Amino acid sequence: MSDFENKGQRFIALCMFGILLFNYPILALFNVPGTVFGVPVLYAYIFIAWAALIALMAFVAESDNV
Amino acid sequence: MLHGTTIILTSFAYLGLLFAIAYYADKRADSGRPVIASPYIYSLSLAVYATAWTFYGSVGRAASDGVGFLPIYIGPTLMIALWWVVLRKILRISKQNRITSLADFVASRYGKSALLGGLVTVIAVIGILPYISLQLKAVSNSFTILVQYPEIVMPAIVGAAPMRQDTALWVALILAAFTIAFGTRHLDAAEHHQGMVAAIAFESLVKLLAFLAVGVFVTFGIFNGFGDVFARAAAEPKLRAMLTPLEGVAGGYASWVWLTILSMMAIMFLPRQFQVAVIENVDEKHLNKAIWLFPLYMVAINVFVLPIAFGGLLRFPGGEVDADTFVLTLPMAEKQELLALLVFIGGLSAATGMVIVETIALSTMVCNDLVMPVLLRLRRLRLNERRDLTGLLLGIRRGAIVLILLMGYLYFKLAGEAYALVSIGLISFAAVAQFAPAILGGIFWKGGTRVGALCGLLAGFGVWFYTLLLPALARSGWLPIGLLEHGPFGIELLRPLQLFGLSGLDQINHAMIWSMIANIGAYIGVSLSVSASADEHRQASLFVDVFRQTGGSAGERFWRGTASVPDLHSLLSRFLGSAAADDAFGEYASAKGQRWPSDRLVADAGLVHHVEMQLAGAIGAASARIMVASVVKEEAPTLDEVREILDEASQVVVYSHRLEQKSRELEAATSELRAANERLKELDRLKDDFVSTVTHELRTPLTSIRAFTDILLDHPDVELEQRKKFLGIITKETERLTRLINQVLDLAKIESGKAEWIESPIDMKEVISDTLAAMGQLFREKGIKLEARLPESVSAVKADLDRMIQVMLNLLSNAMKFCDREEGWVGVTLLERDGCLQVDVRDNGRGISPEDQAAIFSKFRQVGDTLTDKPHGSGLGLHISRQIVEHFGGSMWVASEPGSGACFSFTLPVGAVAGERVA
Repeated sequence: MSDFENKGQRFIALCMFGILLFNYPILALFNVPGTVFGVPVLYAYIFIAWAALIALMAFVAESDNV
Repeated sequence: MLHGTTIILTSFAYLGLLFAIAYYADKRADSGRPVIASPYIYSLSLAVYATAWTFYGSVGRAASDGVGFLPIYIGPTLMIALWWVVLRKILRISKQNRITSLADFVASRYGKSALLGGLVTVIAVIGILPYISLQLKAVSNSFTILVQYPEIVMPAIVGAAPMRQDTALWVALILAAFTIAFGTRHLDAAEHHQGMVAAIAFESLVKLLAFLAVGVFVTFGIFNGFGDVFARAAAEPKLRAMLTPLEGVAGGYASWVWLTILSMMAIMFLPRQFQVAVIENVDEKHLNKAIWLFPLYMVAINVFVLPIAFGGLLRFPGGEVDADTFVLTLPMAEKQELLALLVFIGGLSAATGMVIVETIALSTMVCNDLVMPVLLRLRRLRLNERRDLTGLLLGIRRGAIVLILLMGYLYFKLAGEAYALVSIGLISFAAVAQFAPAILGGIFWKGGTRVGALCGLLAGFGVWFYTLLLPALARSGWLPIGLLEHGPFGIELLRPLQLFGLSGLDQINHAMIWSMIANIGAYIGVSLSVSASADEHRQASLFVDVFRQTGGSAGERFWRGTASVPDLHSLLSRFLGSAAADDAFGEYASAKGQRWPSDRLVADAGLVHHVEMQLAGAIGAASARIMVASVVKEEAPTLDEVREILDEASQVVVYSHRLEQKSRELEAATSELRAANERLKELDRLKDDFVSTVTHELRTPLTSIRAFTDILLDHPDVELEQRKKFLGIITKETERLTRLINQVLDLAKIESGKAEWIESPIDMKEVISDTLAAMGQLFREKGIKLEARLPESVSAVKADLDRMIQVMLNLLSNAMKFCDREEGWVGVTLLERDGCLQVDVRDNGRGISPEDQAAIFSKFRQVGDTLTDKPHGSGLGLHISRQIVEHFGGSMWVASEPGSGACFSFTLPVGAVAGERVA
């Protein structure tokens, strides 16, 4: 059961991390003019952070030996 | 050329393909090889979340708000991060309690309350209607636009078509027929629609591919990649602001946050999401993959939203084309017929997927939690007596599907035109968010009560209705618009869009703030102020502590009552059919190791629980409870039963007391045994000592005899005088040896209890006189003065005469041996007192030291230095004397002070022959 609880805690931490990523003030830091590889900074940030969060979730979800 | 007929034929071909997939999946499931037992299918089916709203509406929202559409997908991603904690728990609860829908879940949690289930159903149906109408609007609009090809004309301009050509109505009716064919072909006790899930998963693929195709075409076909789109957008002064859009749009960050929260709730509590994520889940482990695959799907379907939006804005700068249609109109403008058709099919996929699952979920709720509980309570209908109710159940569901879709159509006609797709969808999101406190509170907080949940839902739904639905109707012209501007009855404080004067927020934020305050406040406040019933307590602990329970027997513990097996069986077969009922009973019997069919008539608690769970799978927990209660005599424990339970308890206490006592006795016996063992060891040691001492004592005279006989043998010329002396010693030693052996034999006899005792009344005075007379000559020879003081007469004692003489002889000879050499004196007295005769024998010898006084009665104990003093006897005399005296109930002791003689005394009780006096 402790493995399960550990996994649950990791997910809760990820959720809180995600809330931090997609909220004021972090979001405001990227709400600026300019582009990254031609893509506006804000859009690039959101999609990259989103994908990174999903990658972390995949890692936690698929790891058996938590 | 795209023709109306082509589009319609393609659409029907696509729907036919879906049906074939569903049919195939159902067949596979029936033959035990389910196709949906895969985490990938499960993840794809979850993507039913992406509806026509996503397909067409995201671009529409992006065209006005930039990234403003993203919280609707980022919110679910955040919620999914919590799925491991929240959804896993809901899954476990639903499997254990055979939950069939969202309403069933809420009703079951709060004491299987039919009222609560009904309320949730009503809220869900009313709340979801705008959402369904959105799908109808999307499909009919896209059809209307596509039919105009190659012209691009907006539906509003096309104008109202006659009833016969009303696309939305036809779409609603066709979808209703299709849903009925999908979801209500037969009644499944577990509410699994495997065929439907397979078809939905396929649709998710189609809509994703269609959207990606448009995205790639716009980004790389019309423009030269992402950079080109954004660069050209930045060059347009009108669009530049949208590249950093969070400050520009209404609400800004607050809007962003509320949309995130709203969609976090939606992903959990939209009836269709609950249906695919919980009800249709076949394996908890699928969650591991779905947790990251489904968010990935959402990223994929959103990547091209912004390029398409900007592309549309650049391509149609005049604003004559509705941004909600960019996905379709961009390929049309570029004369891509096939792509446009693919887009239409993709949008159709998104819309049909949503409508099918949503209406199946809603129809299950309407049937199980709204209609059936009412019908079952109406005694006039006598439903309890109907043989087969499966037909009725399916009929209700089919009716509900048609009704819901027609109501969706009605909403579309009434209010649909006034809003963009996204705004319509958000109204539904806000409605289902009202379930969050009751459900999340219900699975983590045992204190939530039925009344609390009722009040919370009513309050939240009431505010939602007032602040979101009412304005929607007013704006469409069905209610006076003055209601919005001046409030009801002119009360400004109650204006639906600025309730209590709260302004400056967009409509959704405003509604969410007030409805959540009302909902959560009422739920917690009322829950804390009213007490829960036993049923609610039971369900609360079943839900909240679901991971602490083992197996499915959790419900049994709480149940008491009686029911007959035939009654239960006929009840189950009425709802599930006879074969399914037989299966259910057989399953229970084999799980318990019993036979089925059995001849048992009375059902045990486990069987009743099992039947209720099976029934709950078909008609919901609340209805199942009503039905089972109709054949079960459920009763509170009677006084007798309570007494019985108490009796059992006190019996146990008695047993435990007895056990304690036994163990104490055992302990005592053990210590006695241990003591006996010690004594035995001691005796064994004494016996060894005795044997070695006896051997030693025997050897002393033998050695002496041997020595003298050797002398006489070796020296025949020994003088006569000397010879006589030697022979005298030998005789004496032989006598001593004989005496010793006699005494040892005597002692052995006494100690083994084999000695013969001849008991008779004897006169001690006579015994003493006789002994003194016999010993008198010896004393006189040795010059020892012998004095005796005897009373006139004494009471008789019961003893052995010879033995008592033996005792007296022993004492007197000892006294003679140890009295003073020069002026020897021995005194004997007899007296009677306290019912005893006491005999004292004193001498005036050197006395016995206190240390020796205790030991002197032991075997072979002789006082004095054995090295220097010649032994005067065997060392057994006193021991034997004491044994004899004690045998007759008396005692023997010695009193002495070194230097002033010793006094040996013994007593004998006279009681045995009381009153008999001997003269």
